[in-house]
Amino acid sequence: MTILQFFLWSLLKVAVVTVVMLLAVAYTVLLERKLVGRIQNRWGPSRVGPFGLLQPLVDGAKSFLKEDIIPTGVYRPLYLIAPIIALGCALISIAVVPFGEPVSIAGSPHLFQISDVNIGLLVVLGVTSIGVYGIALAGWSSNNKYSLLGALRSSAQLVSYELALGLSLVGVVLRAGTLNLRLIVEQQSTQGMLTWNLFGGGQFVAFFIYLMAAYAETNRSPFDLPEAESELIAGHLTEYSGFKYALFFMAEYFGMCALSGMAVTLFLGGWQAPCAFLEVVPSYVWFALKLLGLLLGFIWIRATLPRLRIDQLTRLAWKFLVPLALINLGTAGFWIRSAGWAGPLQPLRWAVALALVALPFLLIGRKLTAGIGPRIYRYAAP
Amino acid sequence: MNAVLAAIALLVLGSAAAALALRNLIHSALLLILSWLGIALFFLWADAEFAAFAQVLVYVGAVSMVVLFAVLLTRQSRADLSVTAQSRGRAAAGVGAALAVAAVLAFAVLRTPLPVPSGLRSAVTVRQLGGELMGPHAGALLLVGVLLTVTLLGAVTIAGAGRLPPDGKDQP
Repeated sequence: MTILQFFLWSLLKVAVVTVVMLLAVAYTVLLERKLVGRIQNRWGPSRVGPFGLLQPLVDGAKSFLKEDIIPTGVYRPLYLIAPIIALGCALISIAVVPFGEPVSIAGSPHLFQISDVNIGLLVVLGVTSIGVYGIALAGWSSNNKYSLLGALRSSAQLVSYELALGLSLVGVVLRAGTLNLRLIVEQQSTQGMLTWNLFGGGQFVAFFIYLMAAYAETNRSPFDLPEAESELIAGHLTEYSGFKYALFFMAEYFGMCALSGMAVTLFLGGWQAPCAFLEVVPSYVWFALKLLGLLLGFIWIRATLPRLRIDQLTRLAWKFLVPLALINLGTAGFWIRSAGWAGPLQPLRWAVALALVALPFLLIGRKLTAGIGPRIYRYAAP
Repeated sequence: MNAVLAAIALLVLGSAAAALALRNLIHSALLLILSWLGIALFFLWADAEFAAFAQVLVYVGAVSMVVLFAVLLTRQSRADLSVTAQSRGRAAAGVGAALAVAAVLAFAVLRTPLPVPSGLRSAVTVRQLGGELMGPHAGALLLVGVLLTVTLLGAVTIAGAGRLPPDGKDQP
């Protein structure tokens, strides 16, 4: 394959993925508005098109046509570049996620993955961590106290939760012995659903640590303090309007898709079907279904849980998630070391692994919640 | 190929020099981040992907975030920043310390045998890197960890000094 062919194929793949992801993000927003509406006992968007299905197009047109206001007090270069950093980093991390089994036609490279990098996992983590600059710089360059407070909150939050996020993935890497996302997916495929990292690799706890950290990393509820509207107006978004606001909005949803895609790839078997007879359904459909499931989880959590306070947020990260992730790393090491145990040692292996998972959770949880009793309603009927 | 290396070196050194010269703290911090990104680019140029993205993850993502955080929380105006040395002795001590560190680094770099890879592309996997770090270089790794912890504790002590009232108790 010549350089030119490679270049053209890559361009084609990038174009297709970007268009598909843009549509997916637009309809995720609609899905979220509809679902949150239903959960709050109202209809959500229902006027434009059947069931409000054309709402994303109208929203897009609106954000394009809105007047582009740049306040006079802002520091212009950073103010303009911040939304681009946020969106760009969210987009780049999608490039290494494999969303289908390796297929190639006419000497093309792997069709369902833009770039098969040896250190794909590290690329996603690194690029996600750069994405914070979008928010931090937006907050600082806006020359607004609320924006700055939002940016400070978000940088504290991201630094805290990035540690938990990274540590929760080390167990998966230990099991796979590689950072290549395609190999990690293929390595989970031996027994269908049972050998997904969620069940087979003993990474059950890591999955939930990852999910919590992912909610925090994408500034989603209940960790949406950087843009808490009742405290900070809109945080780093306060001075943004029109299309630049839409860029931030898209970055948040792209980030959600990227981190959910990583969760699917690392814990839920990637594009694999859950059992052998379901393999008639194409692999990318499985990936899309799992991704949709995780996105629904994001939406459900947002509609259910109230926002945390900043001290509760950092305490959850440093006193609960990070220790649990470290212990989980030890458990993963034990599980891999004891892979050769057989006969009577097999139940012992399970017992030790389960104790290593459950006991710290119970002990740390009990210690953290000590003294916090059920709320007593003195003046109102519960 | 060497033109690329020269461009990367220019980026790293130029942005580092500009970061030292500028008086606006935010601009300095951003240029420092650019310099770190340049180092990551250099690793990519040298086919060390893992080192490159570890650099991005640790320095560009986390360390510089802390730096930026500190800058955002402290003073921002360039007027109240003093860059002159408080006394001649202090200036001499600073230059002496810098020279000593530079000498140690130069000595280490010059004395280390750097094997030239035979093939075009080195095939070091992450597994091999981990084995090397945890095996022969475990002592160095532990030392670096202790050093970083001590630095962190020192930073917390310095930052916390002056916040506490004389009797050492937190105010309610």
